[in-house]
Amino acid sequence: MDLITPGFGLVFWTAITFLILLVILRKFAWKPILGAVSEREEGIKSALASAEDARKEMQNLTADNERILKEARTEREIMMKEAREIKEAMITEAKDEAKSEATKIMAQAQAAIQSEKQAAIAEIKTQVAELSVGIAEKVVRKELANDKDQSQLIEQLLKEVTIS
Amino acid sequence: MTLKTFRTVLFTALFFAISLVGYASEDKESSDEKEFDPKEMILHHVKDGHSFHLWDWNGHAVSIPLPIILWTDNGLTTFSSGKFHHDDSGKVVVEDNGGKFVKFHEKIYQLEEGATSVVFDDEHHPINAAKPLNISITRNVFMMWISVAVLLLIFLTTARSYKNSKDGVPTGIAGFMEPLILFVRDEIGIPMIGEHKYKKYMPYLLTIFFFIWINNIFGLIPILNGANLSGNIAFTFTLAMFTFIITTISGNKNYWKHIFWMPGVPVPMKIFLMPIEIIGMFVKPISLMIRLFANITAGHVIILALMSLIFVFKSVAIAPVSVAFSLFITVIEIIVTAIQAYIFTILSALYFGMATEEEHH
Repeated sequence: MDLITPGFGLVFWTAITFLILLVILRKFAWKPILGAVSEREEGIKSALASAEDARKEMQNLTADNERILKEARTEREIMMKEAREIKEAMITEAKDEAKSEATKIMAQAQAAIQSEKQAAIAEIKTQVAELSVGIAEKVVRKELANDKDQSQLIEQLLKEVTIS
Repeated sequence: MTLKTFRTVLFTALFFAISLVGYASEDKESSDEKEFDPKEMILHHVKDGHSFHLWDWNGHAVSIPLPIILWTDNGLTTFSSGKFHHDDSGKVVVEDNGGKFVKFHEKIYQLEEGATSVVFDDEHHPINAAKPLNISITRNVFMMWISVAVLLLIFLTTARSYKNSKDGVPTGIAGFMEPLILFVRDEIGIPMIGEHKYKKYMPYLLTIFFFIWINNIFGLIPILNGANLSGNIAFTFTLAMFTFIITTISGNKNYWKHIFWMPGVPVPMKIFLMPIEIIGMFVKPISLMIRLFANITAGHVIILALMSLIFVFKSVAIAPVSVAFSLFITVIEIIVTAIQAYIFTILSALYFGMATEEEHH
C-alpha cells in the first residue's frame, strides 16, 4: 500500500524543485535556445524569399531588356522608312519643280521670241516706209514738171502703199 | 562556481560512481545469511528511503546518510539519518529537539510522551507512535537534485553555445540537444496545441520531457540503486498535478462548454455526458500519474525479480539466464525511458490543446 500512496515529503520537494527548474530553464535555456532556433529559421526563410525576389527581379530585367531592344528595332525600322519616304518625296518635288521651271522658261522664251518678231516686223515696216518715202522722193523729184502726171503718180502710189 | 569547475566535479563524481558498480553487483551474493525475501528486497529498492545505500562491506552497509527534516509539535526538527545506524526496524531511538524518533520500514515515527521504545500491533503498525510531517531529503529527493544539476548543466551549456555562435548554428552539445528540443516542439507542441498557442506551453513541455526522461535514465543506473524517482507515485502525482492545474487554468469557454453542456447532442444526452466529462477531467491526470509510475516501477520490479532468481534458487547456474533476461529487459527499459517521457509530454500537450481549442462548428 505504501507503494501507491504519495508521500508528502517527496510531493513537496518535487513541486518546489520542478517549479525552480522550470523557471530557471525557461529563462536561461528554453528562451535563448528556442529564440535562436526560430531566429535562424526566420533567417533561412527570409534568405529564400530574397533569393526568389532576386530571381524575379532578374527575370524582369531580362524581359525589360528584350522589350527595349525590340522597341529600338521597330523604331529604327520606322525611322528608316520615314527617311526613305522623305527621300522619295524630295526627289519627286525636285522633279516637279524642275519641270514647272522649264515650262516657265519655255513660255518666257516663246513670249520673247514673239515680241522680238513683232519688233522686227515693226522695224521692217518702218524701214520699208522710209525706203518707200526715199524712192517716192526721188520719183517725185524727177516727175515734178508735169503736174498732171505728178498727181496721177501720187494717187497711184498712195493706192499701192495702202495695199501693203 | 563557474560552469567548468561544476562540470569537473560532476564528472569526477560520475567516474567515482561508475568505478563502484563492480562492488554493487557483488554485494548480493554475500548477503544470503538469512532467508532471502525477494519481495522485501524489491520493495526496498523500488520505494523511497532515508539513506543512500551504496553497497555492503564486510557485513556493514556503506551508505550516504541524508538529512531528515520533520515538522513536529516543537517545530522544525532536523538530524542526520546516520543516527539510526542503518536500523529500519524501529529499535534505535533518536532523540532530537525534545522528541523521540524511530525509523521503521523507511518511515519516521515520533514516539508518544513517556514511551521509550516503539510497540507494534499484530499487523506491524506502531501503536504508541505517530508519523510527523516528513519533508526529509530522501534518496529520491537527492537523486532529483542531481538530475536537476545535470539538466541545468546540459541546457545552460546548450543555451550558451547559441549565444556564442553569432549565426545560430548549433555547435557541441547544442548540436545533440537541438534535434530533441525541436522534436518536442515540432512533434509534440505544434501538432497537439496548435501553431498559434503552442509557444506559451513550450517551456513546461520541454522541462517535463527532459525532467522525466533523465530521471527514468537515472533509475536504470545500477549504482544509484533505489533511485526510482519517476517510479514513485509522489513524483508522478506532482507532475500530473501540474498538468491538471495548467489544463484547468488555460481552459477556455469552449472547453468548459464541452464538459458541462456538450454542444451538438440532445438535452438528455447533455445531462448524461456531464458527469462523465467531469470524471474525465480528473481521470486524465490520474491516468498520467499511474501510467508513468506503473511503467517505470514495473521495469524495476522485473529486473530485480530476474536478479532475485539467483538467490531464490541459491544457484549460480541460473545466473546466465537471469543476466540474459535482465539485460534484455534493461535494453527495453532504455527505450521505455524515452517513450514514457514522450507519452507524458504528448498527453499533457494534448490536454492543453483540448483546453485551448477554439470552437469550430
